[in-house]
Amino acid sequence: MPTNLTIRIAGEGGEGVISTGELLTTAVARSRRDVFTFRTYPAEIKGGPAMFQLRFADHPVLSVGASFDIFMCFNEENLDIHIGEMKKNGILIYDSTTFDPEKKAPGTAILYGIPISSIAAEGVGLKKAKNMVALGLLGQLTGMPAESLHDLVKEKFGKKGDEILSKNLLAIDEGYKWGEAHKIDRDLLVPASVRKERKLIMSGNEAMSAGAIAAGCRYYAGYPITPASDILSFMEKQLPKFGGIAVQTEDEIAAIASCVGASFAGTKAMTATSGPGLSLMAEVLGLSTMTETPVVVVDAQRSGPSTGMPTKTEQSDLSFAVHMGHGDAPRVVMAPSNVKDCFYGMVKAFHIAEKYQIPVVMLSDQSLSQRTQTFTRPNLENLTRTERAHAKKNGSYKRFLDTENGVSPVAFPGDEGLNFVTTGLEHDEEGHPSWSPSNHERMSAKRYRKLEFIAREKGFTRRFGDEHATVGVICWGSTEGPVEEAMSMAAAQGLEVKGLTLKMIEPLPDEEIRSFMTGLKHIIVPEINFTGQLAKILRAQYLFPFKSYTKCNGLPFDPEEIFARIEEVIRRA
Amino acid sequence: MPETTKPAIPIVKPDTYKSTVPVTWCPGCGDFSVLHALYKALGILGYKTHETVVCSGIGCSGRTPVFTSCYGFHGVHGRVLPTATGVKLANPNLHVFAVGGDGDGLAIGGGHFPHAARRNVDITYIMLDNATYGLTKGQASPTTGASSWTRSLPYGAAEDNLNPVGLALAYNASFVARAFSGQLNQLIDLIVRAANHKGFSFLHVISPCVVFNNTYPYYTKNVTMIPETHDPKNKASALDLWQDPDKTYIGVFHESDNRESYATRMNKVIEQSQAKGKGDTDKLLDTFR
Repeated sequence: MPTNLTIRIAGEGGEGVISTGELLTTAVARSRRDVFTFRTYPAEIKGGPAMFQLRFADHPVLSVGASFDIFMCFNEENLDIHIGEMKKNGILIYDSTTFDPEKKAPGTAILYGIPISSIAAEGVGLKKAKNMVALGLLGQLTGMPAESLHDLVKEKFGKKGDEILSKNLLAIDEGYKWGEAHKIDRDLLVPASVRKERKLIMSGNEAMSAGAIAAGCRYYAGYPITPASDILSFMEKQLPKFGGIAVQTEDEIAAIASCVGASFAGTKAMTATSGPGLSLMAEVLGLSTMTETPVVVVDAQRSGPSTGMPTKTEQSDLSFAVHMGHGDAPRVVMAPSNVKDCFYGMVKAFHIAEKYQIPVVMLSDQSLSQRTQTFTRPNLENLTRTERAHAKKNGSYKRFLDTENGVSPVAFPGDEGLNFVTTGLEHDEEGHPSWSPSNHERMSAKRYRKLEFIAREKGFTRRFGDEHATVGVICWGSTEGPVEEAMSMAAAQGLEVKGLTLKMIEPLPDEEIRSFMTGLKHIIVPEINFTGQLAKILRAQYLFPFKSYTKCNGLPFDPEEIFARIEEVIRRA
Repeated sequence: MPETTKPAIPIVKPDTYKSTVPVTWCPGCGDFSVLHALYKALGILGYKTHETVVCSGIGCSGRTPVFTSCYGFHGVHGRVLPTATGVKLANPNLHVFAVGGDGDGLAIGGGHFPHAARRNVDITYIMLDNATYGLTKGQASPTTGASSWTRSLPYGAAEDNLNPVGLALAYNASFVARAFSGQLNQLIDLIVRAANHKGFSFLHVISPCVVFNNTYPYYTKNVTMIPETHDPKNKASALDLWQDPDKTYIGVFHESDNRESYATRMNKVIEQSQAKGKGDTDKLLDTFR
C-alpha cells in the first residue's frame, strides 16, 4: 500500500481540468485522507495550458511535490509539457481518441489509454463531459466510492437541471466502469485515516475569508484581481447572512478608503487584493496608521512588477508591504504559512489590528491562496476575538491619549459626549491639527511604541527540526511546507538542521529569532522572489550573513530543491 | 441678485455645532458662508452632534470637519466619497456629510463621483467650488474656465472646464442642486433639502476664493434663481437649465423620488441571503467537509 499518491491532471484551459481536480480532491478529503493541491492556469479563461495537481496521504501533507505517480493527460500538447516530470514508473492515462503517446513516454511508464472524448460524445451524448469520464476513472483507480462521486456531481450540477445532471452522472459511471474493466497491475490504494471526524478541505482564500468572518469582520470592500477575487465572491455571498456588507468598489483606493471609513464608524473591516492593488492602497494605509483606524488588507501575491504574471506565484511584495508609503508609518505585516494558518492567521490579524488600532497587511501568495488543503476543523470557542478598547465618558475625552503601549481608547460616531475629529494631519492628543515640533516627535513615538508591544505577542514563529544543529533555515509564508519536508529528507540522511517560520515580519518577533539563531553558524533563507527580500530585512536587523536562496519562476519550491541547498551548505561547513 | 429665500427657524442653536478650533480660512473666503450655513442647517434639521459625521478630503474646504463639534474624518486627497460611503454603510443611523473642493472631487477624486451617484448611498455631498487650488496658491482646477488667468497659467488655460452640475445630472445623482456663497439663506435651505433627501444628494456651491480667483463680483451679478415653474422630477428640463449658455442657475435642478437608496437595497440583499436562516460560522465551516 502506498502511503501517499500524487496525481497531475493537465489540458487546455476550458477542458475542465480544474473542476476535475477540485471534485477529486473533495472526494479524497471526504474519504478521510489528507490532501494538498496546487493549480496553475493561464491568465485567459479559454485556451492555454491548465494544470491541477493533488497529493494525498494517510498523514498530513506539507507540499504538493514536483513529480507525480498518475498523469491524466487530456491532449498531446500537454503531454509534451509535463511528461518529463512524471515518476519513472508513473501511470500515463491519456485520451486515446485524440492521440497516441507511445514514442514520447519513458519506456518504464505504464500506458493507460481511454477514449474519453468518444465515450463522452457517443456513450454520454455530451462532448463537454469528457472530464467527468476522467473523474470516474480516476475515482475508481484510487478507490473512491462511486456514490461519493455521484454526491459531488449532484452538489455541483444540481442547479443546472435534470438533463445536465443525469448526463454528468452517466459520464462518471462510464469512466468508473472502464476502470473496473481495465485493471492496472499496481496498488494505488492509499490507506484512509482512522480518525472519526472528517477534516475541512478549503483553499487559502476560503480559509482567510472564513477566518475573517469568525473574527467578527462585518465590512468588506474590494476590487476584482487575480488571485484574490475568490475572497470578494466569498464575502459577497456570506457577509450579508451575518448582517454584514460586502461592496465591489470602483478601484482599490475606494476599497481601502471605505474600509477606513467603516472602521472609523466601529466595524471590523477588511479588503483583499494583489500587488497592483496594494500599490494603489499605500496612501490610505498611511491614513489608517495616522488616524489609528484599524483595517486588515490581504495581499495574495502574484508575480510582478506591474501586471507581471497574474496567475503565477511569488513572494515579492514583502519589501513593499513593510516599507511602503511616505513618512514614518508603523504597520504590521503578517504571513500565513498554510491553509489552516490562513484561517487562524486572519483571526490573529484582526486581534492585532483591533487591539493596537493599526493596519495589518496579510501576505498570502497565489500558490497558497488557490491551493486546497485539509485541516482539522477549528473549535470556534477557543478563538481570541478582540474588540477595540472603548473610551469612558469622563468629560475630557482625548481620542489620541498618549499611553504606555501607545493605544488610546476609542469612541465611535453615535457615542454621546465623546465627539472628536480625526485627521491625516499630525494632531495632538485631542485630535486637533498641530505643527508643534515636540508634538510630532511625541506622537510618532506613541504610534511606533505599539510595534514594541506587538513584537512581544506570542505565536508568530514556529520552530522545528533538530535543536542541536548548526545549520538553520528561516522561511516565511507558503515556503514553510517545502522547507519542513526538505528537513525531513535531511533528517532521514542523518543531516542536522533546524527551521523557523516567521508568521510576522513587521515587527520582527525579535526574542524568538535571537533565541533561534543561538549556536547557528549558517542560516539559509529560501524565498520565491528575485532579490531575497526577507534575507535583506534580516541582515539589516541582525548583521548576520544570512544565505539567501531564491527562485522566481512562478512556481512554489520543490522540497528537493531546498534539500539540495541544505545538503550543500552542510557539506561545505 | 437680492436674497429672496427665507430660512426656516433652527430647533437647535447653530452655535452647538461650532468647535473651539479657530477657523483658518482667509478673510472673505466663500467657505465661511458654507460653514455658517452648515451650522444653521444642522440646527434646522435638529441633528445631534454625536450622530452626525462630517467627512472631508484635502484642500481649503477639507478643513471643515475640524471646525464642527460633530464627529469628523479629515482623510486623504480625493477620497472623501468612498470614506463617507464606508461610514454610512457601517452605521446607517448616522447623518453623513461629505465635504470637499473642486480639485478634490473632480480631479484627483473624479473617479469616485459617478460611483457614489450610481450607488445612491444616503450621504450629502457638498462640493465647495472656488475654481482654483487655493491652499497651493492658485493653480488652475478642473472648473477653472478656459478664459481665466491663474498663477500657474500665465498664458491662460488650454483646457476647457468641467461643469459639476452637468456631471452630476449625467451620473444620474438622485438629488442635484447648486448654491452660491453670496446667497446665504438659499444655501442654508439647500443644505437642509439635500440632507433630507433619501439617497445620494449633490450640492454644488460656488464658493469664491477671494485671494486667487475672486469670482464674487461676477456671480453676484450673474446667478439666477431656477424658476419656480421648474419641476425637479423633470430631468430633461433640468438638463436644459444646466445647458443654458447665458445663465448660472442656483436652486434644485433635479430630485428623483423613486430611487432606492443603497442601504435599502443592501437590506434587501441581507433579507434575501438570510431567507434560510442567519449566518452561523459553525455551519459555514461545515460546508467545507
